Amino acid sequence: MKSHIALIDHGVGNLRSVEKALAVVGANVSLTRDPDVIVSADKLVLPGVGSFGDCMNGLRESGTLELVRSLALERPFLGICVGMQMLFETSDEMGSHRGLGLLPGSVTRFKDSDIRIPHTGWNQLDITIEHPLLEGVYTGSYAYFNHSYFCTPTNLSDVLSYTEYGARFCSIIGRNRLYGIQCHPEKSQDIGLQILRNFVEKG
Amino acid sequence: MLAKRIIPCLDVKDGRVVKGVNFVDLRDAGDPVEQARIYDRMGADELVFLDISATYRGHQTVIDIVRSVADQVFMPLTVGGGIRTVSDMRDLLLAGADKVSINSAALANPELLVDASERFGSQCIVLAIDARATKNDDSVLSAQKWEVFVSGGRENTGIDVLEWADRGVSLGAGEILLTSMNTDGVMDGFDMELTHTVANLVNVPVIASGGAGKISHFAEILGDGCASAALAASVFHDEILTISEVKQFLSEAGIAVRL
Repeated sequence: MKSHIALIDHGVGNLRSVEKALAVVGANVSLTRDPDVIVSADKLVLPGVGSFGDCMNGLRESGTLELVRSLALERPFLGICVGMQMLFETSDEMGSHRGLGLLPGSVTRFKDSDIRIPHTGWNQLDITIEHPLLEGVYTGSYAYFNHSYFCTPTNLSDVLSYTEYGARFCSIIGRNRLYGIQCHPEKSQDIGLQILRNFVEKG
Repeated sequence: MLAKRIIPCLDVKDGRVVKGVNFVDLRDAGDPVEQARIYDRMGADELVFLDISATYRGHQTVIDIVRSVADQVFMPLTVGGGIRTVSDMRDLLLAGADKVSINSAALANPELLVDASERFGSQCIVLAIDARATKNDDSVLSAQKWEVFVSGGRENTGIDVLEWADRGVSLGAGEILLTSMNTDGVMDGFDMELTHTVANLVNVPVIASGGAGKISHFAEILGDGCASAALAASVFHDEILTISEVKQFLSEAGIAVRL
């Protein structure tokens, strides 16, 4: 049977590409903010494009914030881009914002004066540990990034991959079955689809 | 390491590709999805769709193009041409575009860059600048000057390119798509001096455009030219060069690319 995935619709950014990519790798996807549909799903995906505050507000206004927060610890859950950042405690993007607080750590802006911001384009993953989410993905594999802020987790043992841009930052995180990915798997061609397929089949 | 990008640019008009790959075995050269698939397979890092429709109705069809491409080809997409409002941008981003490129609308209303970047984030907002070298009245001693042109390079706004690039970034642009009207269409190499000067001025990525003709042109502009990406149309559409051979050459020249 196909895995049923609730793609949380908080009204901010491009959710359509994520929806289509999940469908291509075999998921039965519902783009939804309906609590009944979310509760009935096997797995959850939290996308996010735009600013941290807008995405948190969108989630709050959709009335699903508390539900998402509680289900994230019970079911396989994947946050993408700002959706990954929202898993952490705080972000300093345009003021100070509280995140979902599911993972200890913070979100800050790239600072190095030697690099161009945003971090836009294809960069490599440096995978720290063998993990079902990254089956078929290797150190040196390229994924597409487009962001100015990055996550700094407190628990380094949760880091599944790092990426180098000015400094080394956490590009993929996983704790139990809660995952976050800073790059855009829905825009990273075969490598991105492989990560989504792993989440759908094994996550 | 962040890879330098190779970006083919496709012209679209009234929902069809009017300038894209010209292979004989294409079923439908005007089909944006088929075009995107071909470039995806060839190793393009991103696609730019430039909408050259002349009418409002024509412009509306670019949304359908983005939607059908983004539903089937999972690579970064940038759309430019005819984008005037935050609402236009929103429609394109929701349809599956990753970035929107703004040109004359930002010149007419620079605040548009502020509104757009606050709404969608700077990483979605590309400022396209068409630059042409203009003579400095003073003397040969003064530095080279470039001015911003619009209407396909016919009309000089009199605005200094360096000032506009700097201001555009401070208003919220997250990338600059820099086309040299001096080198565009000549296939004699990118505008090294212009690109290098702008790229050293701003700290956002700069996409160099105009002038690609030989494989060495890409190495020059992505190396000494300091561009983060190189955009080209004819040289790829007409199979004068393939993206994979360009990338192979760059890799051998020590430039980071995604092979």
